[in-house]
Amino acid sequence: MLYSSLKLNPDIFSPEVELASMRTGFGEGIVNAGTADKNVVALCADLTESLQLDKFKKKFPERFIEMGVAEQNLVTVASGMAASGKIPFIGSYAVFSPGRNWEQIRTTVCYNDVPVKIVGSHAGVTVGPDGGSHQALEDIALMRVLPRMTVIVPCDAIEARKATEAAAKTVSPTYIRLARDKTALITTDETPFEIGKAQIVWKSGSTPGKKQSRSLKLATSHQSLVTKSDLGIIATGTSLYRALLVAKRLTDEGKSVQVVNLSTIKPLDERAIIKLAQESGALVTVEDHEIAGGMGSAVAECLVKHFPVPIEFIGINDRFGQSGTPEQLIANCHIDEQDIYSAAHRVMLRK
Amino acid sequence: MSLNQDKIHLLESRAAAIRRSIVLMLIEAKSGHLAGALGMADIFAYLYFHALKHDPKKPDWEYRDRLVLSNGHICPALYATMAHAEYFPVSELLTLRRFGSRLQGHPHRDFLPMLETSSGPLGSGLSQTIGMALADRIDSGRSSGRRFYCLMSDGELDEGNSWEAIMLAGREKLHNLIAIVDRNNIQIDGNTEDIMPLNPLVEKWRSFKWHVHEVNGHDFADIDRAVTEAHTIHDKPTVIIAHTIPSKGIPKFEGKFEWHGKPPTTPDDIKTALRAVGVHTI
Repeated sequence: MLYSSLKLNPDIFSPEVELASMRTGFGEGIVNAGTADKNVVALCADLTESLQLDKFKKKFPERFIEMGVAEQNLVTVASGMAASGKIPFIGSYAVFSPGRNWEQIRTTVCYNDVPVKIVGSHAGVTVGPDGGSHQALEDIALMRVLPRMTVIVPCDAIEARKATEAAAKTVSPTYIRLARDKTALITTDETPFEIGKAQIVWKSGSTPGKKQSRSLKLATSHQSLVTKSDLGIIATGTSLYRALLVAKRLTDEGKSVQVVNLSTIKPLDERAIIKLAQESGALVTVEDHEIAGGMGSAVAECLVKHFPVPIEFIGINDRFGQSGTPEQLIANCHIDEQDIYSAAHRVMLRK
Repeated sequence: MSLNQDKIHLLESRAAAIRRSIVLMLIEAKSGHLAGALGMADIFAYLYFHALKHDPKKPDWEYRDRLVLSNGHICPALYATMAHAEYFPVSELLTLRRFGSRLQGHPHRDFLPMLETSSGPLGSGLSQTIGMALADRIDSGRSSGRRFYCLMSDGELDEGNSWEAIMLAGREKLHNLIAIVDRNNIQIDGNTEDIMPLNPLVEKWRSFKWHVHEVNGHDFADIDRAVTEAHTIHDKPTVIIAHTIPSKGIPKFEGKFEWHGKPPTTPDDIKTALRAVGVHTI
């Protein structure tokens, strides 16, 4: 069941679920951030309309800088502005920023320790028809390896707006990853958002029942904590929607499942991840990103150290994308609902 | 402030002290970049002891001019100049490149917060300086009184990022931005015109909408004319292409690209270097 205290979208499982673009959420978020703080500035590498920065540009023309197709200059100029007290948001596609300008991000943002906010759109294979060259599948890995960098992957347009507003209030270098397409609204305006906080968005059964006691029997003797679920699913970004659909299906089949929205990948909410591993004993991680170095890797790094449990990684397996519809590519790259469902059963057998 | 003969003599003695410190630091550290640091000593002396509005007792003074060292590898010149300007004790210079030293092999603000930027990887300093100038323009309009200096090498003009920055500053007409290019014609692998020809360099900058002034980088009056003239240009950024002699001050090493990235280490070379800068005992 959807976690009621988070006030998630009640229509999430409806075929008519409302869709919205994360870029729209970002565009609204930066206008709000710019209204709240005059030091917020925006720089864009020839993708102003695509990144939905046109509203910010119109409202704050003196605080918007068009950089042309020059992503290295985009981030280094932003670094200088941040060193002078500004909170620059830099917008491009993730393949180019933080892809092409990675060393400049490392040296002039992280090493310099200045609050530049990197917004990379068109991440994941869900970019679709533009093809593999424009589908960033490595950006989470590239950003989370950098000291001082905060990495946020919103799950929908509303969370993208909140992440943007929240990022403007911190002094940390920050990466915000956005998808291209309109995606299902999972959260609502009332859903809380906090950088660094993972949220349980789904938990099968609200009171202990038959299924719960069955799990208790499965708990191994060395586990001091009670196993409360058959399975934990950790998802990030637009993949969270598919994870929820699978969780519902598994719940309907009698499994008890918890789903965590891991929207901040760094700093990692280790407490929430360890707790989920303790309560479920088996995990599936789901992301539209390379498995190597991605969110699942971050989760595994944490659990191998603190509370090892079997994990199945749903992500892109060492390959590039191609042209197609998002649905075709999600199926082709083995990150669709059936893949998550199969992985869930595999990992439960590994307990 | 005009540059009279007395001031020129003072700057000459400052530059000599800076060169002496550079040589001593690098010999002590046993690694580091000699040629560019020595070649830029006169320009550092001119900036810190004449042109810059700054306060060594208050490095974060809000109204200071900004000086960004883009080619971070010549930081021995920056450190030596800052020490002689009393930002920190001259004795600290001998800690260069040591574990825990504030004087990192390439400048790092974590260790020495009075630096405007950390640097080392080439081609990004001008962009950062532009960012500072743009932030200043947003806050204070076009006449804040602050000036933004960026010291660059000619070799780093191989970097695409440099030209992205040059293009932007021209478009933005950043009149309070002064780039100073150390035109010493060398880079690690050889002479710039053999490795990756930059000429016609003046025409390149000019075509990117910059005011260009060539100077002899060892002639204080010449440097001063260029900087003074830059202050009168109100619709363009200025680049001063400073012709310098790499390893200036040690005649035996002068002009040789081989001294780009190393200090004197053999007894003969150490003796030659120390004698040239007027140190007879170490």
